[in-house]
Amino acid sequence: MAGMDHAPPPFFKRGPAPLALLTFYIAVSLAIFVFDLRFKSLDLLRQSIALVVDPVQRVAQTPGSLVDYASQYLQGMHSLRQENDELKHAKLTTAPDLQRLAHLEAENDRLRKLLAVTEREKANGQVSQILYTARDPFSRKVIVDKGQQSGITAGQPAIDEAGVVGQVTRVFPFSAEITLITDKDQVVPVQVVRTGQRSVVFGLGNGQLELRYMPANADIQIGDLLVTSGLDGIYLPGFPVAKVVNIERDSAYSFARIFCVPIAGVENFGEVMVLSPRQALPERPPETAGRAATSDGQRVKKKRMVKN
Amino acid sequence: MQPTFSSSRILLPVRPWFIFLSLIFAAVLNFLPTANWPGMPDWVALVLCFWSVREFRRVGMGWGFMLGLLMDVADGAVLGQHCFAYVLLAYTASSLSRRILWFPLAQQALQIMPLLIGTQVVQALMRLAVGADFPGWGYFIGPVVATLLWIPATFILLLPQYRPVDQDPNRPI
Repeated sequence: MAGMDHAPPPFFKRGPAPLALLTFYIAVSLAIFVFDLRFKSLDLLRQSIALVVDPVQRVAQTPGSLVDYASQYLQGMHSLRQENDELKHAKLTTAPDLQRLAHLEAENDRLRKLLAVTEREKANGQVSQILYTARDPFSRKVIVDKGQQSGITAGQPAIDEAGVVGQVTRVFPFSAEITLITDKDQVVPVQVVRTGQRSVVFGLGNGQLELRYMPANADIQIGDLLVTSGLDGIYLPGFPVAKVVNIERDSAYSFARIFCVPIAGVENFGEVMVLSPRQALPERPPETAGRAATSDGQRVKKKRMVKN
Repeated sequence: MQPTFSSSRILLPVRPWFIFLSLIFAAVLNFLPTANWPGMPDWVALVLCFWSVREFRRVGMGWGFMLGLLMDVADGAVLGQHCFAYVLLAYTASSLSRRILWFPLAQQALQIMPLLIGTQVVQALMRLAVGADFPGWGYFIGPVVATLLWIPATFILLLPQYRPVDQDPNRPI
């Protein structure tokens, strides 16, 4: 039978069974989901796809930015002049402080040298334009127009003219992703200006922040200003972060619930300053030495007790 | 192939480049700034669902996976989130294909709705399981709008396949 060993005609070929394909694709999807989330080891894949997607996205965003530009252009002379006047006025009101700032900084440096304290680190960075908000509805992130090409690295803080906006979390060749401080569980170490008390502030995901783990009787008032404490080695100390707006003291819980709103225009479009990474903090003293000492001490005590 | 199996109208065969172009166009629609408006449908899910129902031999889970990867990177979401949802969508749509195409368009849309809502629910569950914030109920309006768009989408995406109603009987082929 010559005809029997013929292959079936190609229109019966359907490849692997759909259920097998489904299992395969689902396994791969779940694997990359877990790898991306837990190990952050797929950045190269993300960057290479972004290289293709990024230009298309920028083109797709142009109609919107053109409309913005046109509306700004047609805003009219009057409002611009008014804004100009306001800016001049603001400049004049801050002039006395600013003019003395250079003098004060020099004096501060000299005094710090006298006290043999290390000098304060100067903040510098690069201005970048916010391109668009990331569409992921589960998080609060924005994309800015500077990336690896401009030397941005993950972890750099971003500020605007009023205060801290967020932190660079992912870097692409020509853009970078900034996670806003209002993103859920985004943490900023802060200090209360009035009392000097240190704590950490957590994003809530709804545009507000929460100061957690403060005792119910903590000295916090509505209107208190929180600034970065600089303890983390990421944020320089002294940048305004948030203002306390609501305090719930419930005796049933050991911690007060303290809600804050960000000071910077976190949810606004505009320009941000991506600050350069801080100089590395000095090494932490080794913990094991202290523990060993105490355990030795305990042992000594025990021995003594045994002797007695 | 007919517009629906009960129709007597015969369509021209689909052109592969048109499928490709429509999927890319849907992705670009997703990239527009309008995607942040409440109730905007996920265009890629809609078009992918359409082609998985109509042409499951050409568009399937492989396309779903690649488009998912694209949308994950573009959205800044966790990699694999859209992949998973789109692969499931393509699979269910193609396995229901032979049933769905028997119905008139409005009833097709009703059968599509659970698939599109499921795509959104699966993504929400994946992200909530790993500790993301609930995006609000507006997130689930998108698929309902997409369901309403099933009828115009079918009309537009089948346009290149319609042949003229009054055909010339003397034409050689």
